[in-house]
Amino acid sequence: MKTLILIAIGSAVVNNVVLSQFLGICPFLGVSKKTETAAGMGGAVIFVIGIASFVTALIYKFILTPTDTQYLQTIVFILVIAALVQFVEMFLKKSIPSLYQSLGVYLPLITTNCAVLGVALTNVTKEYGILESVVNGLATAFGFFIAICIMAGIREKIEYNDIPKPFQGTAIVLITACLMSIAFMGFSGMI
Amino acid sequence: MSKYTERLYNGIIKENPTFVLMLGMCPTLAVTTAAMNGLGMGLSTTLVLVCSNLLISAFRKVIPDGVRMPAFIVIVASLVTVVEFLMKAYTPDLATQLGVYIPLIVVNCIILGRAESYASKNPVLPSIFDGIGMGLGFTFGLTCIGIIREILGAGQIFGVQILSLEWFTPITIFVMAPGAFLVLAFLVAVMNIVREKMEAKGKPLAAPSGCLTGDCAHCGQSAMCTGKKSE
Repeated sequence: MKTLILIAIGSAVVNNVVLSQFLGICPFLGVSKKTETAAGMGGAVIFVIGIASFVTALIYKFILTPTDTQYLQTIVFILVIAALVQFVEMFLKKSIPSLYQSLGVYLPLITTNCAVLGVALTNVTKEYGILESVVNGLATAFGFFIAICIMAGIREKIEYNDIPKPFQGTAIVLITACLMSIAFMGFSGMI
Repeated sequence: MSKYTERLYNGIIKENPTFVLMLGMCPTLAVTTAAMNGLGMGLSTTLVLVCSNLLISAFRKVIPDGVRMPAFIVIVASLVTVVEFLMKAYTPDLATQLGVYIPLIVVNCIILGRAESYASKNPVLPSIFDGIGMGLGFTFGLTCIGIIREILGAGQIFGVQILSLEWFTPITIFVMAPGAFLVLAFLVAVMNIVREKMEAKGKPLAAPSGCLTGDCAHCGQSAMCTGKKSE
């Protein structure tokens, strides 16, 4: 239990997926203009990474390890993730339309989101079991959710500020990300 | 200029993936803590890009349009696996430094972007040169950013002490995570000024098509994110 909590805190805030590992930068910069869309994207990422880390951990443990084909992990994981996102999209559309309404538009954008593949590969590198993998995946995705929501909140305020012309748009967002990253470094003493 | 040298010029200068198109930002931020890492990452991406352009261009008439993306992903993922094992065998230190970012070359938007927009439509030889040009352009970009961060953060270039520690206090933040965002922010700002100047001169630069534009709907590469055909 203690290790699981340590893994969760470590992945969510200490080694934040966006601000210290630079995974999932694209949606972080792309869909953080409004808090509602940012929360939607964050929710979709939690959903997909949670399922993906469970499925990839299962495949690694019960298919790749017994057949001694761990070297295929990159190929297998990316295909599984791509297929999984399609299935999740179809399933949600059919059975939980209300959830699909709020998450649906973001799902296809997640297929090549490097955070999903990154988490699956990290789980293998750190030799996590299935439960640990799921906890790590959910915590990492929650870290993404925190980062993108804070960023969207700040960006809504930045809109009203007088920013020098070359810095308008992406540049000021990156400077904000820099300051957030410095703030998140404060967590590094926790574990 | 022959069409091959034109491809090289296009990749390295005119549509430089880092400075002009702003593609592949995850590795750009993550591995440029030192010039050497940037160079290593750039060269390994180049190798994958050249081989994937070659294969995809050679098979472009065989791959059915409907399963184009999965086919490209399998080709790229196999090549990345090969490169990963080569690096682990011959440059183990660099492989440890780059870590998870080597397998993540698979989701680097430059590679699938070039496959989609160039290699799947053009003959083999120009596609190879396109890969070399784009790859070297990416390598150039990563190495430049790596050099800036290494000088400011450690006073070194490629691990050689340039600025004496007697009078220079390294600004360590530049080799840490926040420094990556800061350097990239200034790079984007400088490119905005350059862009404006070039437009005033009547020679506009190619528009950035990467994730930094923050507009997924109009991104040239959105076909590979959504897996759907671009209009």
